[in-house]
Amino acid sequence: MSTAVVDRPASSPWRIPAWAGPVAVLAIAYGVLPFLGGSYIFEAILTPFLALSLAAVGLNLLTGYAGQLSLGTAAFMAVGAFAAYNFNLRIHGLPLIVSIALAGFSAAAIGIAFGLPSLRLRGFYLAVSTLAAQFFVQWALTKFGWFSNNNPSGVIDAPALAIFGISFDGPVGRYLFALTIVVALTAFAYRLANTQTGHNFIAVRDNELAAKVIGVPVLKTKLLAFAISSFMIGVAGALWAFAYLRTVEPAGFNLDRSFEILFIIIIGGLASIRGAFFGAALIVVFPLILSRVGSFLLGGLFDSGVLDMSQRIVLGALIIVFLIAEPDGLVALWDRLTKGFLRSGEATRKS
Amino acid sequence: MSYLSNLRKAALSAALAVSFAIPLAASASADEQYFPLQSYRVGPYAAGGTGFFGGFIDYLNLINIRDGGVNGVKLTWDECETQYEVERGVECYERQKSHPAIAAWNPLSVGIAYAMIDRITQDKIPLITINHGRTDSTDGRVFPYVFPLLLNPYSESSGIINYIASKEGGVDKLKGKKIVVLYHGSPYGKETIPIYELLAQKFGFTVDQIEVPHPGNEQQSQWLTIRREKPDYVVLRGWGVMNPVALKTAQKTGFPADHIVGNVWSNSEEDVIPAGDAAKGYVAITTQASGAQYPVLQEIIKTVYGAGKGNLEDKKRIGSVYHNLGIVNGILNVEAIRIAQQKFGNRTLTGDEVRWGFEHLQLDQARVAALGAKDLFHSINVTWDNHEGDGRVTFQQWDGAKWNVVSDWIAPDWALLRPIIEKSSTAYAAEHNIKLRTPADAEAASN
Repeated sequence: MSTAVVDRPASSPWRIPAWAGPVAVLAIAYGVLPFLGGSYIFEAILTPFLALSLAAVGLNLLTGYAGQLSLGTAAFMAVGAFAAYNFNLRIHGLPLIVSIALAGFSAAAIGIAFGLPSLRLRGFYLAVSTLAAQFFVQWALTKFGWFSNNNPSGVIDAPALAIFGISFDGPVGRYLFALTIVVALTAFAYRLANTQTGHNFIAVRDNELAAKVIGVPVLKTKLLAFAISSFMIGVAGALWAFAYLRTVEPAGFNLDRSFEILFIIIIGGLASIRGAFFGAALIVVFPLILSRVGSFLLGGLFDSGVLDMSQRIVLGALIIVFLIAEPDGLVALWDRLTKGFLRSGEATRKS
Repeated sequence: MSYLSNLRKAALSAALAVSFAIPLAASASADEQYFPLQSYRVGPYAAGGTGFFGGFIDYLNLINIRDGGVNGVKLTWDECETQYEVERGVECYERQKSHPAIAAWNPLSVGIAYAMIDRITQDKIPLITINHGRTDSTDGRVFPYVFPLLLNPYSESSGIINYIASKEGGVDKLKGKKIVVLYHGSPYGKETIPIYELLAQKFGFTVDQIEVPHPGNEQQSQWLTIRREKPDYVVLRGWGVMNPVALKTAQKTGFPADHIVGNVWSNSEEDVIPAGDAAKGYVAITTQASGAQYPVLQEIIKTVYGAGKGNLEDKKRIGSVYHNLGIVNGILNVEAIRIAQQKFGNRTLTGDEVRWGFEHLQLDQARVAALGAKDLFHSINVTWDNHEGDGRVTFQQWDGAKWNVVSDWIAPDWALLRPIIEKSSTAYAAEHNIKLRTPADAEAASN
């Protein structure tokens, strides 16, 4: 597990300032991408990437920073999506952004409820108990028609995205909408990781007893981790439903999705905000690239079923290779690459 | 290490470059009509996917090889694997929609269809959900581009209850009977919950609806409940692996197979053969007969499979229920294009023009016979406000080796269903600020 907060790289005389990276990424995300090409990139790649990244940032706070393993991520996403839908439907005139915020709080409340076992259970036992959230939420959403406004098939249509009269419909609009929310919450998570609360998370993760001894309120910290994490995951669920799929059914938030997000943070790098984005990029983009390359190169030879199976095998093998070659995740790989680049830059400067 | 990482970096960037360099879509040649197929050949529902899309592709191939396309307009298609998952279906939609000259979407998944309704309505391209889909999309005034052709889920339910009534000796004999509906835990499975409640009220039988979670390979507790309740009939509203498991579990719990009535997605060979003995006597509804004796199938065998272009790997599946449904779906799509061409000219049509064709898709029994599909399916009569087209149903019984038709073509109770459909569709229209279409709106088709 990375100790990102503790071991900051020692400042060297020649360094790109820390804020330069995020600013550059934001400049590209807001300034360059919206003017690039077709709707496919936004609708099928960037928007789901943003929603999954946010969910992964949320889970990373809980699992990576606070050390509480959870398999209920998709359930909290479902709570977020359905809560946002219902707030929007039942309270007239409520701005969409407020519905989404309230959805986040609903998810946080459910998260706290299912976080209670964490006070007694650890590790795998906790993971199993969060599975209960996964099954319970899906059951409740299917069982009670009220949640989906008594729609016979249980599928709800998302409302149009509009805030204060400004419409965010259209591929780029939806992307910018998702991007803004994700940026705001990521900034919050980044800030949080560097506060006392964030340090408490890490203390609880690394040694609960020691944390208690030095006066970290363990109970409060754990529940807070569940609440904040679920809030972000809930908002991510609302984005997934409203900005990406534009329809939502409980089965879309199944255990597979929970695992997917857990894999994202493991592959991206635990206890790293950037890692969530790297991991989500790999999980979202890589299968698409594989399927494109596969159907381009071999499309004539095999039918789409065989092609799809072989893509899964390739993807699975690649993930294993990645994890063996880089157990600390993509973020560690990235750091080494950039450090190497900086060192070589420094070397050329000196010579 | 740095060598390795450089290599890795190079490989990754090469892969990225290749994937984005691949043109998103080949440009349309002179005259073609393109079918984006969001198919599924792997996953728990592969049997349905391979059969249906196999039949669809076989028919499109027949038209291309035998007739050189529809009045000279060649039919093209490509496949994108969805595994019956909504987000994959959406990704496929985004990938395939940039292709020019799209005729119609045929996702064969209620979940994917739901996610596409807003999108295709904006694009003005028809979305075909044959034998399934969102029931209230039957109302063409509200859903101009969605077509649950032949049989929507409500008609199917009404047809099944009518069949049970005929077996019991009349509608009045349904009073006091008990029927259990065992449904698949998906949007598709749940679609009929309200209509069974309503039919139960109307005819005075009691109904208990039990969910089987997706994918349905474990049903012990559901069948124990059924055993306790001792219903007169069980309606099996299954999909994929759920069906043979249901039949086998029924046998284990001692429920007779000939009192289980399967719905239109529980009626294939792939549903009964794996159940072996347990399926003998099982009855299921269908809109299209099975078997390869129909002229259109004979032509497909001769022309398409003869040329080595057949889509089914296992030739024994030619003429199976899903394969025939795919062929019927092919007939309906192609005829819609042909009808639209009569109005707009023999050229590549826009999606909206094909929509006009679907809204005039009227094939009487003579026309169906001329297409080589006499007795394969009955007829269809789609209009601008009835997007289902009054399909007839029939019932078939499995004798252990093949399906035998055991009823005439039965008409569902459309007059009973239409007001419920309109209530639901107008509520949707109000919620989404949709203005109801008029016949004049439907007649105009944009380029």
